[in-house]
Amino acid sequence: MSPDTKQSVSPASAGGSADVPIEETEQSILSGARRAQRARKRNIWLLRLVIVVVWLGSWQLVTAPGGIDPFFYSRPSKIWERLVEWFTAGTDFGSIWLHIGVTAEEAVIGFLIGTVAGVVLGVLLGRSQYLADVLAPFIKAVNAVPRIVLAALFVIWFGLGLSSKVATVVVLVFFVVFFNAFTGAREVDRNLIDNARILGASKGQVLATIVLPSATSWILSSLHTAFGFALIGAVVGEYTGAQAGIGFLISNAQGTFDTAGVFAGMIIITVVALLAESLIGSLENRLLRWRPNVGATAAQI
Amino acid sequence: MTAPPTAHPAQPLIELIKATKRFPGAGGTVHTAVRELTMDVKPGEFVSVVGPTGCGKSTALSLVSGLQPASAGQVLVNGTRVTSIPDGVGYMFQSDAVMPWRSVLDNVASGPRFRGAGKAQAREQAADWVTRVGLAGFEGFYPHQLSGGMRKRVALAQTLVTNPRILLMDEPFSALDVQTRANMQDELLRLWAGSGAAVIFVTHDLDEAIALADKVVVMTASPATVKDVFTIPLERPRAVEELRLTTEFVRIYREIWESLRVEVDKTRQLGGARSVSRVS
Repeated sequence: MSPDTKQSVSPASAGGSADVPIEETEQSILSGARRAQRARKRNIWLLRLVIVVVWLGSWQLVTAPGGIDPFFYSRPSKIWERLVEWFTAGTDFGSIWLHIGVTAEEAVIGFLIGTVAGVVLGVLLGRSQYLADVLAPFIKAVNAVPRIVLAALFVIWFGLGLSSKVATVVVLVFFVVFFNAFTGAREVDRNLIDNARILGASKGQVLATIVLPSATSWILSSLHTAFGFALIGAVVGEYTGAQAGIGFLISNAQGTFDTAGVFAGMIIITVVALLAESLIGSLENRLLRWRPNVGATAAQI
Repeated sequence: MTAPPTAHPAQPLIELIKATKRFPGAGGTVHTAVRELTMDVKPGEFVSVVGPTGCGKSTALSLVSGLQPASAGQVLVNGTRVTSIPDGVGYMFQSDAVMPWRSVLDNVASGPRFRGAGKAQAREQAADWVTRVGLAGFEGFYPHQLSGGMRKRVALAQTLVTNPRILLMDEPFSALDVQTRANMQDELLRLWAGSGAAVIFVTHDLDEAIALADKVVVMTASPATVKDVFTIPLERPRAVEELRLTTEFVRIYREIWESLRVEVDKTRQLGGARSVSRVS
């Protein structure tokens, strides 16, 4: 370096640290951030509580004597009584746990079958343009069928037992997972595949180590919706014709104009769905550890 | 074509003989990416290929790698025609090709794993290479946790762990900032020095081409073919950043740029969006 291109910074002009006032220490910055975080969390829960109280409270008030008829609209206190009754004394058709178990069993079995079928076919068609072109019109046509209606058909074919509900669940779950797996398998980075091939991967190895992991985030995000559909399928199936299950209880409550029973069934289904949702969320977090910031916002909504 | 350099008297490891590659282009036309490409690379030789952007340099690499078959002419590796991916070929891509769902160690171990090595053995080999590219301590990290330069190191280790005799590099450092790039160039030279691998290094950066290579091949504007071949008589081992300041380097640069400039201008007139970078 020639001396004239270089300028020196004199220590005097840089200033000593002694005469600069310190407004914030590191501790105060950190504790401030923690306090703000805690306050935010508390406020979120407070507002949630307020929403629930206002909602249930106004419902309870308007269905009081002189208000709208609780026979049609029920009221929170009645629904609570019905829930307590179901869980302590049991329903008219046996223990509530039996019914929850039946619905969960139908949903889970159908969900597993539908997911596996959806992933296998989705990845296969995603990787084979030829097969995808051949089957595209059929898949579109079947997808356009209002599949809920099939539940009625399945009851005729498979009877009132488990298999007709599982069949309904499978047709609902399959398409959700299939379309995601298909897109995921299609969107695989060409470079990753070429790289693996150069590194010596066979066709099967490319599928197992590149295509499947790459499609995993697509597949996993479809599972949230898919399990919702699984529960819908099970309940609708039971509603169409069954001897046990939450859908059966709801159907029965409707038949006897027991609105509290319908709401109670709804709440139980909702709780089951939320539990399943959190299970899928933690599965997603485990499998997608490699992804930056996974689940930070997605898992919340 | 000028006379081949005399520094490597051995038989060529890679030979392209009037190799042509055509693709179906837009609107029912046929696009010629490379035409009658003739060049050879000897064992242990480092060849840089420079040319205007979009001229078809990368296509030349994919012909040698066997990822794409030639439309006409011959591509020989070790004296046999390339029909599938030849043995002992390593390829470094321009964009990141490391698997984001595998840790650094497992990414580097994937080559040996694909080739049938046991998990423990592959990891042992990989750990050695992770250390050699300077990533010791980062074995368990996922690619998104690393900087661009570090991901390139992973890709380099991933390729070198398979012990390739031919190393094909497609603008591997073009996405890096200037300092990291110089760093990676030094690293590449250091690792290559012990390997005895033949390298084809495609770049649009003439600085990089000269600093690394024994031989610089200048390609014409699209459709690409070989325009000139220059031998680089700079001594090894080289330190890339100091090398650029030497008068010898500047002289070579000027000479090759004279040849390259014509092609770059042609590409510009055809509306090439980017062009070859040039030191002022």
